[in-house]
Amino acid sequence: MRMNRKHKELLARLQEEKLTPQQKQEIMEQLRLLEETRAEEPSETPFVAGVYDYHDLQLLHDGVVMRMAQSSTHSLDDLIARDGQREKDGFPRKIRIGKMIKPSQSGAEKVVVVPTTVEEKLLHDSISVEEEEEGGEGGSGEGEEGEVIGEQPIRQEQGGEGGSGQGEGGTHETDTNAYDMGRILTEQFHLPNLKEKGKKRSLTRYSYDLTDRNRGFGQILDKKATLRRIIETNIGLGRITAGQSVRPEELLISPADRIYKILSREKDYESQAVVFFVRDYSGSMHGNPTELVVTQHVLIYSWLIYQYENQVETRFVLHDTEAKEVEDFHTYYNLKVAGGTQVASAYRLVNDIVEQESLERDYNIYVFHGTDGDDWDTSGKETLPQLEKMLEYANRIGITIAENGYGISGGSEVEKYLKKSGLLEDKKDLLRLDVMQKDSDEPRLIEGIRKLTS
Amino acid sequence: MELISQHAKKIMEGCKERAWQHGLRFQEESLEYIVTNRDLLELSPKNMIPTLYDYWVQDVEVLKEKGRYELYPGNPYETVINTRPAISFYNDNNPDWLNVMIFYHVIGHIDFFQNNLYFRHTWDYDFSSRALSDKRMIAKLRSEKGRWVDYVIEFARAIDNLVGYHQLLSRFSGLKNLQKKSRLDFYFDIFLQRNKKVSVASYVKEIERYNGLVKENPAEAEYRFIESVQTKNAEFESLYGKYAQGKKSGAGQDIFEFLMENSEFLNKENNRWMLMVMEAVRTTSLYFQPQIRTKILNEGWASYWHEELFFNDDRINGHEINFAIVNAKVTAMPRVGLNPYALGMRLFAYIEELANKGKISRAFQYLQDREMRQRFDDKAGSGRDLIFHVRENCSDSMFINSFLDQDFVDLHRLFVTGKRLNKERMTWQYYVKSRDAGEYKQMVLDSLYHPPSVEIATGEDNGLYLNHVFEGKPLVKDYIKGTLLGIEYLWGGPVFLDTSEAVLRNATLPAGSLQKAEKPPQEVEWRRMRYRMKDRTLSRKDIS
Repeated sequence: MRMNRKHKELLARLQEEKLTPQQKQEIMEQLRLLEETRAEEPSETPFVAGVYDYHDLQLLHDGVVMRMAQSSTHSLDDLIARDGQREKDGFPRKIRIGKMIKPSQSGAEKVVVVPTTVEEKLLHDSISVEEEEEGGEGGSGEGEEGEVIGEQPIRQEQGGEGGSGQGEGGTHETDTNAYDMGRILTEQFHLPNLKEKGKKRSLTRYSYDLTDRNRGFGQILDKKATLRRIIETNIGLGRITAGQSVRPEELLISPADRIYKILSREKDYESQAVVFFVRDYSGSMHGNPTELVVTQHVLIYSWLIYQYENQVETRFVLHDTEAKEVEDFHTYYNLKVAGGTQVASAYRLVNDIVEQESLERDYNIYVFHGTDGDDWDTSGKETLPQLEKMLEYANRIGITIAENGYGISGGSEVEKYLKKSGLLEDKKDLLRLDVMQKDSDEPRLIEGIRKLTS
Repeated sequence: MELISQHAKKIMEGCKERAWQHGLRFQEESLEYIVTNRDLLELSPKNMIPTLYDYWVQDVEVLKEKGRYELYPGNPYETVINTRPAISFYNDNNPDWLNVMIFYHVIGHIDFFQNNLYFRHTWDYDFSSRALSDKRMIAKLRSEKGRWVDYVIEFARAIDNLVGYHQLLSRFSGLKNLQKKSRLDFYFDIFLQRNKKVSVASYVKEIERYNGLVKENPAEAEYRFIESVQTKNAEFESLYGKYAQGKKSGAGQDIFEFLMENSEFLNKENNRWMLMVMEAVRTTSLYFQPQIRTKILNEGWASYWHEELFFNDDRINGHEINFAIVNAKVTAMPRVGLNPYALGMRLFAYIEELANKGKISRAFQYLQDREMRQRFDDKAGSGRDLIFHVRENCSDSMFINSFLDQDFVDLHRLFVTGKRLNKERMTWQYYVKSRDAGEYKQMVLDSLYHPPSVEIATGEDNGLYLNHVFEGKPLVKDYIKGTLLGIEYLWGGPVFLDTSEAVLRNATLPAGSLQKAEKPPQEVEWRRMRYRMKDRTLSRKDIS
């Protein structure tokens, strides 16, 4: 087996610690997978238009912008109230709010979350069970059988996750942003409000800028605005008539037409909280665990945005055996590798970032970590010291374990060593753990958030 | 929404005249509306039917996974709807030539709606007025019953893809085979073939015996024949009784009809209003069913005619280039993907040419020689007749299945595209997977709409038994719960669903080795599962 040097060293080090045969086998297996699929794969395959994706309005009525209905008659509150009523009537909730419609790379900070629902019917599942590659689509033109006719980079500029469906590619404008989501979460699902913490302080500052406009006097003449004003006045006076050429020398200029830019005081807000979202993207996270963790992280993010009134900075960290920071949510959401797992690497990276940027001084720091509980560092020997260091500055560390279903429930390494360490008891107000099954649903996720944040 | 200007309307009336001259047949009246983006926003969740009943899900962003069309047979972005008169939608400020082009396309659709037999059940009434009265009925009920109306709509919509569309059509075609068979038919069609499994010779003998009786005494032949059958086969009468019973319980009815007729819950005095709501949902669904089953045909037909008629219209000379740009967008074969407009239009043109040369004939099919096949032309000139016949009688699957052949695939250089991940280059690569007509045909057929088939029966303890007829594809597991919950509510008792699920077994791996994050070679085994929904909780067990 080919293996890169780093992994070799790691393995050698781990072997010194007397791994059980089973542990060793697992690690070797993961390494093998790693070799096979080193490439970072997106979780979604690209979209190709099929028979039912074409329609008259798009093709014939050129340029008509299509958007699906975004409630005009029902507000989000109505919908949530309706959903609450459903529960009282004994039917499961139907509005899902954790679904991302389009986390675009450009709008990284604006994770758009929209209330969604699905009408459940008995349908054929189009996913074939045994296929190895994607089933065929149509095509036409030149090319021998087997010839590659085109390729598409894995990470698209406009990746549609969850798909807004119509494939229009336009931006998805919705009024409901993460802030609203947070409000709904807090109010309707009775998530706790943040308590005032000693460290939370207002960092409101003022700066002065030439942004305000003033008529009559000021520092700098805004020529364009003034000209516009003059024309308005002269239209009002009847000196300019439509269709005839304007003679500038005959225009009247009133003193009040002069528009100046003046210095004004601007409020500068500084982010008050920084949130680290840390996600295990190793091979064993594939599928549901990833989905759960990411969805929960979006919800937490929304909740924090509401709590801090938009003054939240986010950092995204992915890890397998090594950790790396990625710049936006889209990447955070989509990347996966089939690698091993070392939790310590991620915690170390978070600690380094906090230290290097002295975040501790100005921010409330939150760390949320989602994993399936696998860790090659089976005893937590490396992880725990990093975790303790993190606990010194963090306001809250929430660890979500979404069990991948391979092992026994409640028996994952991370869970075991965390419990053994006693940190969960000693630092109860700082460190929280939530363990869920891989087939958990949204109410369970929200329940989990309550556990992590209360 | 406002009506289109008199100027444009006048042009469109001219279009109709020209279309009639070319053999298209459709109702004289039609309505054309100008719609704004805002109108479209409200119309699209209602499948462009302005009078469709209100339902809160229409106001929510509905999750649209790939294959969402399986959920909604109506096309939300149709530009013309199948009402009487037909209603079509236009942008404000379209130039005349574009309106003409669009209207010719619309005429193609209207002609298709009003002549294709798959739309037979929509011919005798105006859907928009029907929808309007349903909308008012639902609004009135909502003011009395509140949110429960929405629950009933929700639960009815959960099964609205299982409506008996083909059963409904067969009633129009005068076929009686879904109804109860007479004893005589039962004897020959079922008893002899399935129960007795007699040889062909003795089957023919029985027919001869019956024919002999008819010759002797036509009036009493059937009675005497059945009498002799009954004496010879003691079990015949009881089997026939069982068969007749079976027909009564469910067969020939769709799940809506079955529930509405047999559910004790729905037929309680207080709940009878639910039947009206269910009927409205059912009618709506049945109305949309043919559209999704004729997408390729309908769009192909409309594209064929908008091109044909546009070029024959003397009023708009000089706009050929503008037309060509829009037309190319509509009817170009994409490099990758499947454009129903392009495919349908080309296939129509292709079979028209075949028929013009007399190639849709036995004489041609017997020809083996390549050269002679190519030159074959008996000047039959029956192309138009053939395409009109196809527009009247075919659905997408029949169209593709009957006419898509290797010559067509070669002519238009079609191929099945494969897609694979190239890990070194970090790209998805598309490649030409096959240029074989068989595979291309299969690919198209696979992508067509096909709802599951579910048989209904009742069982002990007031249980409702649904049997999903397995056709090689499992059901979407996540949706089973919500659907059965709704059926349980409407039925008022426990509901069972038998379906097949794939169980992946790891092939030939030593026992005891835990394989994490690993995809070992797997074998698929289909196992029959029985879901039970009782008291709003779902359970599942393996019954195979």
